[in-house]
Amino acid sequence: MRRLLSIELFKLKFSKSAKVLSIIYFLLFFTTAIFSMIKFKFGDFEFQLAEQGIFNFPYIWHFNTYMVALIKIFLAVVIVSMVSSEYTNRTLKQNFIDGLSKKEFVLSKFYTILVFALVSTLLVFIVSLVLGLIYSDYNEAGIIFSDLHFLLAYFIKLTAFFSLCMFLGILIRKSAFALGFLFLLLIIEAIAMISLRNEIPWLSNFFPLESMANLIKEPFTRFNVVKSASTAMGTDFSRDVKTYWYEYLIPVGWTFVFIFGSLKVLKNRDL
Amino acid sequence: MEKILNVHQLTKKFRQLNAVDQLSFSIEKGHVYGLLGPNGSGKSTTLGMLLNVVNPTSGSFQWFENKCATQEALKKIGAIIESPNFYPSMTALDNLKLVAKIKEIQQPDYEATLRLVELWDRKDEAFKNFSLGMKQRLAIASALLNKPAILILDEPTNGLDPKGIRQIRDIILQIAQSGTTILLASHLLDEVEKICTHVIVLQKGKMIYNGKVDEMKASYGFIELASENQEQLVQLLQNLPEVKDINQTEYKFVKAILKSELKPAEINQLCFEKGIVLTHLQWKKDTLEDNFLALTKSENHA
Repeated sequence: MRRLLSIELFKLKFSKSAKVLSIIYFLLFFTTAIFSMIKFKFGDFEFQLAEQGIFNFPYIWHFNTYMVALIKIFLAVVIVSMVSSEYTNRTLKQNFIDGLSKKEFVLSKFYTILVFALVSTLLVFIVSLVLGLIYSDYNEAGIIFSDLHFLLAYFIKLTAFFSLCMFLGILIRKSAFALGFLFLLLIIEAIAMISLRNEIPWLSNFFPLESMANLIKEPFTRFNVVKSASTAMGTDFSRDVKTYWYEYLIPVGWTFVFIFGSLKVLKNRDL
Repeated sequence: MEKILNVHQLTKKFRQLNAVDQLSFSIEKGHVYGLLGPNGSGKSTTLGMLLNVVNPTSGSFQWFENKCATQEALKKIGAIIESPNFYPSMTALDNLKLVAKIKEIQQPDYEATLRLVELWDRKDEAFKNFSLGMKQRLAIASALLNKPAILILDEPTNGLDPKGIRQIRDIILQIAQSGTTILLASHLLDEVEKICTHVIVLQKGKMIYNGKVDEMKASYGFIELASENQEQLVQLLQNLPEVKDINQTEYKFVKAILKSELKPAEINQLCFEKGIVLTHLQWKKDTLEDNFLALTKSENHA
């Protein structure tokens, strides 16, 4: 495993686009955090996102994992290009000729995906912990470390999403088309969801992108301001935002499908 | 003799086309083999199958008498096929380091290998800035890094200028002289003639010759003659025991293909005695090219 990981990281070390995109990703990551700390002044009215309770433990785990997951597309581009560039440079073929097996090739990419997901999860944890410690109204250890399942959900979500990107990169070979297909998939799922809404509503839970989205549901209706507003208006916005056990299993299942799918494509294809 | 590779009835079909058709041959240690054939004869497809990047339709092959799996065998082979493929933004040295990681080479000697191909001074330059000749030489360096049991080269001089071709050939000859087994695919006859000891000729995916280069060259050559009195000349030649065949296809010339030694002087003497005046007399040794063309031609008619 260490050999495969070191091979892939060695390749990435010299890829300019991978470096630039990773830096953009982590910059955005911190910008999101810092943005919430800025005080906005509208005349006499002062507004700071941080003071609206979004950084309260344990709500912060939900809010931050949801928000930060939105910018995963930057790392997704890195994943797609690290796969498709092996095709365009024809280095994939040379790797196999040099004795790397197709299984090892897929695994080296997958281990890198795990590293990306793990690093990102760790960063979310650290940044949220620090922000929470500064702004949270509750600072008891029991409350701080509750609801940590959002981090697990975040990790699974990234791993599944990046595995999908790897699979599309291997299948389609051109990074632009692979990313295009990703958006197409998003649209297809949305259309399928709308058209199946009445007949078989549960089916959408099994769609790849939808299943990843279900891991961390939107946090806004849990937000204090929204809650109080909805009570004031007499309407009930509150929705089911809990993640059920099977909702963890579906994206994990998809991850395996994408890995074995990648291997299958490589094995059947003449290079 | 130690067998490095055994190929048995190897076949690859692309839809209707038989790219490689029931190919069987073996490679023994210490020889330099040429895989010769015109473009599209199945050379690259054959190498692709042997190197595990093209899936065979049927047939089989074993590396090193099946002592290890193909994947492990590939780590003991040095191979470059078609164009040199490396990571463009990495330097020459970093690219070799990556190859060493993949092949699990213990203590690779980067300096000696890069010096052999005269790239040691350029080791810190990015691959994308290299000329084609340099890229090809780096590819050879990368193939040699693991001190391979066999070196496989696919059209190594393709697209190079004469100086580059010379450079690559010198390197290959140097490697061959060190006792490394080589399999060289090429459509260039003189390349195979200059470098190889054995040759396998492919045409439309079929093997049409497999043997030593020396044996493929006709050993006694042919004599080209011309005379005012061509009929008499042909008659005379037909009666000579040394002549295997007479060929009159070329305008004015008669071509007598020899099956044993016959000096031009002797022919001249004979003709003179019979009163035939020769206007042209030349002894020629067949090149591999003529044989190659003859081989592929006869297959076409068949």
